Amino acid sequence: MITEPQSAAARTLYDKIWDAHVVDRQDDGTCLLYIDRHLVHEVTSPQAFEGLRMTGRSVRAPERTIAVPDHNVPTTWDREQGIDNEESRIQVDALDRNAREFGVVYYPVNDIRQGIVHIVGPEQGWTLPGMTVVCGDSHTATHGAFGALAHGIGTSEVEHVLATQTLIQKKSKNMKVEVTGRLAPGVTAKDVVLAIIGQTGTAGGTGHVIEYCGEAIRALSMEGRMTICNMAIEGGARAGLIAPDQTTFDYVKGRPHAPKGAQWEAAVAWWKTLFSDEDAHWDKIVTLRGEDIAPTVTWGTSPEDALPITATVPDPSDFTGGKVEAARRSLDYMGLTPGTRLTDIAIDAVFIGSCTNGRIEDLRAAAEVLRGRRLAPGVRGMVVPGSGLVRAQAEEEGLDQVFKEAGFEWRLAGCSMCLGMNPDQLAPGERCAATSNRNFEGRQGYKGRTHLMSPAMAAAAGVAGHLVDIREFAAQPA
Amino acid sequence: MDKFTTLTGIAAPMPLVNIDTDMIIPKQFLKTIQRSGLGVNLFDELRYDREGNELPDFVLNQPAYRQAEIIVAGDNFGCGSSREHAPWALLDFGIRCVISTSFADIFFNNCFKNGILPIVLPQDAVDVLMEDAQKGANARMTVDLENQTVTTSDGVAFQFDVDPFRKHCLLNGLDDIGLTMEKAPRIESYETQMAQARPWV
Repeated sequence: MITEPQSAAARTLYDKIWDAHVVDRQDDGTCLLYIDRHLVHEVTSPQAFEGLRMTGRSVRAPERTIAVPDHNVPTTWDREQGIDNEESRIQVDALDRNAREFGVVYYPVNDIRQGIVHIVGPEQGWTLPGMTVVCGDSHTATHGAFGALAHGIGTSEVEHVLATQTLIQKKSKNMKVEVTGRLAPGVTAKDVVLAIIGQTGTAGGTGHVIEYCGEAIRALSMEGRMTICNMAIEGGARAGLIAPDQTTFDYVKGRPHAPKGAQWEAAVAWWKTLFSDEDAHWDKIVTLRGEDIAPTVTWGTSPEDALPITATVPDPSDFTGGKVEAARRSLDYMGLTPGTRLTDIAIDAVFIGSCTNGRIEDLRAAAEVLRGRRLAPGVRGMVVPGSGLVRAQAEEEGLDQVFKEAGFEWRLAGCSMCLGMNPDQLAPGERCAATSNRNFEGRQGYKGRTHLMSPAMAAAAGVAGHLVDIREFAAQPA
Repeated sequence: MDKFTTLTGIAAPMPLVNIDTDMIIPKQFLKTIQRSGLGVNLFDELRYDREGNELPDFVLNQPAYRQAEIIVAGDNFGCGSSREHAPWALLDFGIRCVISTSFADIFFNNCFKNGILPIVLPQDAVDVLMEDAQKGANARMTVDLENQTVTTSDGVAFQFDVDPFRKHCLLNGLDDIGLTMEKAPRIESYETQMAQARPWV
C-alpha cells in the first residue's frame, strides 16, 4: 500500500518525499518509511552487521546499500601498505569482510572512487532527488542538497535498515530558512550556513527538517548546496533540503548510477514536482538577507559561536542563561580574550577538506587564493580531497601543484582531520583554520582549537598566519 | 534490550549547555567493534587528564556520584554526531535516564534503542531537579515511566511526556527489528509498486 497524501492540501517538499515513502502508518502516527539508499562506513556499522549475523538475518536490499571506508583510513601516500593503528585496521577490515559477506556495493580503500561517504554518494549518482537516504553519520544531511530526505541514524537503526530496508519514524516539523537576494563577493555557501547557525543556534532546528530556499540558495552550485545541507545538523535539524532544479539535474545527468534514456525523462518529470507548494504550512520560518552576510568564522566550541570576520571575540556577559558559563568555558578552551579582533587571532594550522568542503569547487577556491603565495612561517597546511575522483580532477587541473608550492601537504581521500580518528590530528593547543563542520572540544585532536570557515578564508589565513577578511586579502597582489 | 519501568537512583548534575557527543565519548573510542566496555571512557576528556588520572572536580569522579544512574543536564544534550557509542557509553557506566530541557534528535532516538529514557521537562522543573541532584548521594530521585513522573528526594513530582509507542517498547524491552519483520508483506508490496512507479530508484 502506498499511502497517498491525506488530502489535497498544500504540502512542503518534505511532506511530499515523506508521503512517497510511507510503507505503514500506525494509529499514533509512527510510520515505517522505505529507505532508497543506505550508505555505510566502518565506524558505525560493525555492531549492526554483527547483529545480523547473531540473528541469522540478511541484508534485505544489498543493491541499495553502499559501503565505503572513510573515517579511519590514513590519508598518507603509503596507505596501500596497510593501517598502522591496530583498532582502525580491525574496523576497516571488518567493513571489508562485512561488505563482501553480505554482498553490498563496496568501494574499498584503494579504489579511485573511495572517499568520504557523503561525497561518494552524489559523485556516483547513488543520491537522486526525491529519495530517502540514511547513513550512520550525522552529516548524511549533505544529500538533502538534491532534494533527497537524508539524515543520520544510530547503529541500531543501521541494523534495522540493513534487515528491513525501512526505518521507524515519526514525522518532524517543517522549517523554512530563506536567504533572499545575492551574496556579496567573497561570501560563500559556508559563510551562509555559519551565519544561519549563528542566528538560529545549534538547537534551532531540533525536531525539524529544514528547507533552504530563496534567491541566494538557488544561485548556488550543487557543491555549495551540499555545504549548506551538510551543516543542517549543526543547526539541530536531522535533515536539510533544497528543492531540485535544473542545476540539480545537470549535476546528476550522466553519473554512473543516474537513470538513463526513457527512465531519465520519467525521473526528471517526477523530480520537477518536488517543491514546496505556495501555501504549504511552515512551523518555523527564518529569513536572512543575502547581502547582509559577511565572511563568517567561529570563535568558540559550538558551531553557533559564529560571527562576521569583522567582529571581536565576545564577552561571556554578552550572553544569558546557560550560555554564559558555556561561553566562559569556550574562551578558556580556545585561549581567547574578549574584545580581541577576530582578524588578530594567529593560527598554527590549516585544514582543507571534509564532507563540508572537500569537493572540487572548494579546492579550486582555496587554490585560487594560494596561487603565487606561501603559508606563513610556522603554519602547517593539509589538503585532503573528499574522494579519489576529486583528487584526480584537482591533479588534472594542476591544483595539487598550487597547494604543494604554497607549502601544503597534498593527501589521499578520507575524513582526516575533521574528526581526527586517523593520525591527522592537531596537537594540544594548536589552533587551526578549518573548512570542516565541528569546533567541539577535542574534535580535531586533544585540546586542539578549531575555527570553522570557508576554503578561501582558511587558505588566506594560512598565508597571513592569522584569521583574515578574504575581501581585503583578495584585493592585495600575491 | 533491558526493560525500563521504574528507577530510583542518584542523579548527577551537569548544568553545562550543549554537551556534545564528542564530550560524551571522544572519537578515539569509536574504534571498537563491540557495543560494551565504553563506560570507563564516558566523558573521557572531562573525566581524566592526559595521563589517565581522574580529574577530581568532574562530577562523576566525586564519591557522591560514582554510582549515578541519572544525569540532569543543561539544554541540548547529545548534540553533534549520530554515534550510538554515546548511549552505549552512558549505559555501560550505569546511566539509564537523562533529564534536560532539550536533546538533539539523533541522540534522543538512540537512547530509546538502548533502554535509556531521555526526559524533556521545562526549565523550571529542570532547575528544581538540578538543585536536588546537587544534594549528592543521599538524595535519590525516582523515575516512573508507567506513570510518567520524576520525583525529587523531597517528594516533588513532575509529569513528563513520552511518545506512546516508544514508551511501550521501553516498558517491554521490545526489539524494533522483530516488530518490523512482522510487516514484511507490506514492505514487499511497497517494493513491487515502486518498481513500477519509480523504476530508476
